[in-house]
Amino acid sequence: MPFILPTQVQSEYDVIIVGSGAGGGQSAYTLTMAGAKVLMLESGRNYDPVKETPMFQIDANAPLRAANTPDKPMGFYDATVDGGWAVPGEPYTNASEDPDRRFTWWRARMLGGRTNHWGRISLRLGPYDFKPHQRDGLGFDWPIAYEDLAPYYDKVEMLVGVFGSNEGLENAPDSSPGVLLPPPKARAAELLAQQRAKKLGLPVVPIHRAVLSVRQDAERLPTLLHPGNPKAQRILADAMRSRAACFWATSCGRGCAIKANYQSPTVHLPPALATGNLDIVTGAMVREVAVNDEGKATGVIFIDKATGLEHRAKGRAVVLAASSCDTVRILLNSKSAQFPSGLANSSGLVGKYIMDTVGTDLAGQIPLLESLPLHNEDGAGGSHVYVPWWLYREQLAGKLGFARGYHIEFHPGRQMPGLGITANLDDLTGGSFGRKLKEDARRYYGSFVNFGSRGEMIPNEDSFCELDPVVKDKWGVPVLRFHWKWSDHELRQVTHAQQTFAQLIEAMGGKVRRPPAENPLKAIRPGGNVKHEVGGARMGDSPKTSVTNRWGQTWDVKNLFLGDAAPFCSNADKNPTLTIMALAWRMSEHLLDELQRGNLT
Amino acid sequence: MNAEQPSRMDRRTAIKWMLTAAASAALADEQLFGAAADTPAGRAVGYGTDPDLIKTYKPGDLWSLTFTDDQRRTAVALCDTILPDDGKSPAASAVGVPEFIDEWISAPYPGHDRDRGLILEGLAWIEEESQRRFGNDFSSLILRQKNILCEDISHVATAAPDKKKAAQFFKRYRDLTAGGYYTTPEGMKDIGYVGNVPLASFDGPPPEVLRKLGLA
Repeated sequence: MPFILPTQVQSEYDVIIVGSGAGGGQSAYTLTMAGAKVLMLESGRNYDPVKETPMFQIDANAPLRAANTPDKPMGFYDATVDGGWAVPGEPYTNASEDPDRRFTWWRARMLGGRTNHWGRISLRLGPYDFKPHQRDGLGFDWPIAYEDLAPYYDKVEMLVGVFGSNEGLENAPDSSPGVLLPPPKARAAELLAQQRAKKLGLPVVPIHRAVLSVRQDAERLPTLLHPGNPKAQRILADAMRSRAACFWATSCGRGCAIKANYQSPTVHLPPALATGNLDIVTGAMVREVAVNDEGKATGVIFIDKATGLEHRAKGRAVVLAASSCDTVRILLNSKSAQFPSGLANSSGLVGKYIMDTVGTDLAGQIPLLESLPLHNEDGAGGSHVYVPWWLYREQLAGKLGFARGYHIEFHPGRQMPGLGITANLDDLTGGSFGRKLKEDARRYYGSFVNFGSRGEMIPNEDSFCELDPVVKDKWGVPVLRFHWKWSDHELRQVTHAQQTFAQLIEAMGGKVRRPPAENPLKAIRPGGNVKHEVGGARMGDSPKTSVTNRWGQTWDVKNLFLGDAAPFCSNADKNPTLTIMALAWRMSEHLLDELQRGNLT
Repeated sequence: MNAEQPSRMDRRTAIKWMLTAAASAALADEQLFGAAADTPAGRAVGYGTDPDLIKTYKPGDLWSLTFTDDQRRTAVALCDTILPDDGKSPAASAVGVPEFIDEWISAPYPGHDRDRGLILEGLAWIEEESQRRFGNDFSSLILRQKNILCEDISHVATAAPDKKKAAQFFKRYRDLTAGGYYTTPEGMKDIGYVGNVPLASFDGPPPEVLRKLGLA
């Protein structure tokens, strides 16, 4: 069973999974390794990172020196194909014209979705993050605690390969012994920041990223991950042996042809396919979940994008992992006499409380980093260190004026030069040209450091999505309309981050490239811009106040499961992908259990 | 570039960018099954949302170029005034920078139209100024004359009021020249970038770097 055409879909599957990214990939892996027959439907095209990743290509090989364009909004070599802020033929709308209240939605129509280009930052939610309302009275608690998800974090980290260290820091959980791969050494600017941040009380520690700093232990890990399942152990061992360790070149955002980082098409899908239990149809745009008279899901209705024809696929259970907002859209479009406001929406909460990550940036120029002896600091294709949120106590005591924290990511400047390499340096160079410009370029290259915050947004009543009453996509399916509003918590957090960046830059002996923003609305990344949109179908303890139970199983339709970030109750500063995978693994085990007990029919 | 850190766009630019993108999506929406008609008739189209990322592209491969022979001559001379051969690394024109600028101003994407106007007008201004002051084509001037001409427009903040616009052109032209230059193998070598090669291990900064930073 492999990649098939819509016309080759079998008469029935155990489970139909919509989406092939972090949630869909993990669900397919867990289910097929346990023997379930699965059909995966992906709206984008097939994609093979081994053949298609531009490893080592330099910007001079690309059109426009690889600059961002509307066709490739994160640059020519970004892994995303057929995606971005706008997908032709698949619009979305905003209820407000006010730029501060607009939401922008990144989609990637390709096998593996956004796992192909993500930053690989893999931070666990901590104990506080699951019970934010208990802690400060704001937002919503999850129906699960850190302890419920901890074993699945371990499993995911062992499966996909995550480097990092156990620092024993507050609300930044350690992994179990033997789980993490060793972190790479910090780079010059990161080490300087680490030294100088001490006097500001900021801990600079190794970040956790889904990159193989060394090869995985293909003897030990498969036994731990699949006890009593020799077939799964064998398949996983083979898959792990096919992955190389990072060779410290090529940005992870391009994807990885040697499979050294996690992306679903190189890590989750090959072993799932090797079980013989997985069929994948690409170019399959799911419109709705089909239900029978008893209110059970019978499968899905999808459009074959190549022909425009509608097809049906049958399954004993359905997992939606289309990315949180697309999952919401499918639920809302699955209307029937039985479910007039959309499927699994008796609570009226489908589409409500969507959250993004709060992001803001500030760059500094650090004279100490000028004219350094030549050395290669490409590293692991992304950050090596970060500052976890460090002011939990002050915050709880109400001293900060905002309720939730952020972490700081570093982007040192000694990376492969891009088009903007000497842009806007007139203040430093006096507008030099000629031989002087060449000297200036050599001097200043590598002396810039960009700091970015990633912070928690508290869910609010004004940030949600619904079906647009008028606009439809090119297949005639209603599209999403977004509503967005930041609260003072997010805006004050941004102001705090800007000031912290400025202090850090000064502590490194440098100068900010622009003054820290006084108006946080000018410095905050627009809603959706960080591409961490989560929520819209939150999990909970009661069908009245949540869409799914603690397993991601919808209250209203027992054999319908949500396997992506839609069930998130909060959006801690920790980047969501690792948690999506841990939740999907846990959900899939529960789904298998329910199937076995006959609870889904 | 890190996926988490897509661009240094400021917020207003980002919003403008996305509104443009949203508008083109709305336009495409009226077409069934991607009949790629979201570009006005007769305009070049871009490389699309699924270009081949492995192949090597050259200016002119994807859309036709703009420069006339005269404009190209000025563009080459100006590129090489901005980044001359200094004995350590080649001049900008030796590594294809003028061709890149031609590709840039000819591209069918938002914002490139504006650069096209700015740069073609700027090149014309350079020629007029060259004739006015030195009675010769810019490309025929001696280096000292070229430098004198550029000196007046090299810094927007200090340029004379009647040369502000030319200074804005020069700033943009210099950014594109340098960006085009330092993204080539020769430019990367010159600026001190020594990465993009596979390594068996990542050992962090060498001792001489740590010493210089006071971290040894």
